[in-house]
Amino acid sequence: MVGVIEFDPAHVVGTGGAIGALLRQYVSALVDVKGYPTGTFTVNVLGSFALGFVTFLGADTTLLLLFGTGLCGSFTTFSSFSFETVRLWETGEPGQAIGNAGGNLLGAGIAIGLAWALVELLA
Amino acid sequence: MSETTHHPLVRLESLALIAIGGFAGSNLRYLADTLLPGLYGTLAVNVLGSFALGFVLYEALYAGVLAPETRAVVSTGFISSFTTYSTFALQSAQSAPTWLVLNVLANYALGFSGVLLGRWLARSTDRRWSA
Repeated sequence: MVGVIEFDPAHVVGTGGAIGALLRQYVSALVDVKGYPTGTFTVNVLGSFALGFVTFLGADTTLLLLFGTGLCGSFTTFSSFSFETVRLWETGEPGQAIGNAGGNLLGAGIAIGLAWALVELLA
Repeated sequence: MSETTHHPLVRLESLALIAIGGFAGSNLRYLADTLLPGLYGTLAVNVLGSFALGFVLYEALYAGVLAPETRAVVSTGFISSFTTYSTFALQSAQSAPTWLVLNVLANYALGFSGVLLGRWLARSTDRRWSA
């Protein structure tokens, strides 16, 4: 990372991924409301902000692999999001399904915009 | 809940398995990104992962052959780390307007279709087992 030790990219990504998966489990359990996919929404918005922040900062490759591809990539999830959206739709809540689909997109979009603004402010 | 599930070692074991799933899932996603860089790699993992998670979770609703612990580790650890929302959102935001719209539509439409395909597969395996 500092030119002395070369890290295997797979280990770097995997380490970030393991931490991201554990954090997702922890955070989504913390904020989940029964019947509503608030846990997935929360991790997706927070993770999009964090990924945007390190990307716009122009972090170096190893740090991007660890924190971006590994940690933020695993912390956020598309599969749970799509499963929960389909589930809302088929359990007779099409309005909530659409709200969830749009809400995740809007939330992540705003988070990325805020990350960009924050980096601009710091620069 | 039984006494054993409260044992610190049991909790530690499931956390360790989630971490291993996260390690493997993120690496497989990284591999997909090197083979198919950019929007397509992310689209591929999100659609495949949605299909896999759809199958695993609907299988729980129908047949329930997989143990709950196995399901938790595979879904929370592996599949959820394999797919990603943050990269999808950032790549969309960094794309030209037309590509942004197309990428969101493609991930959403194919992701939801993947879940439905997983559901279909879970239902058909269920019928075979109960027959």
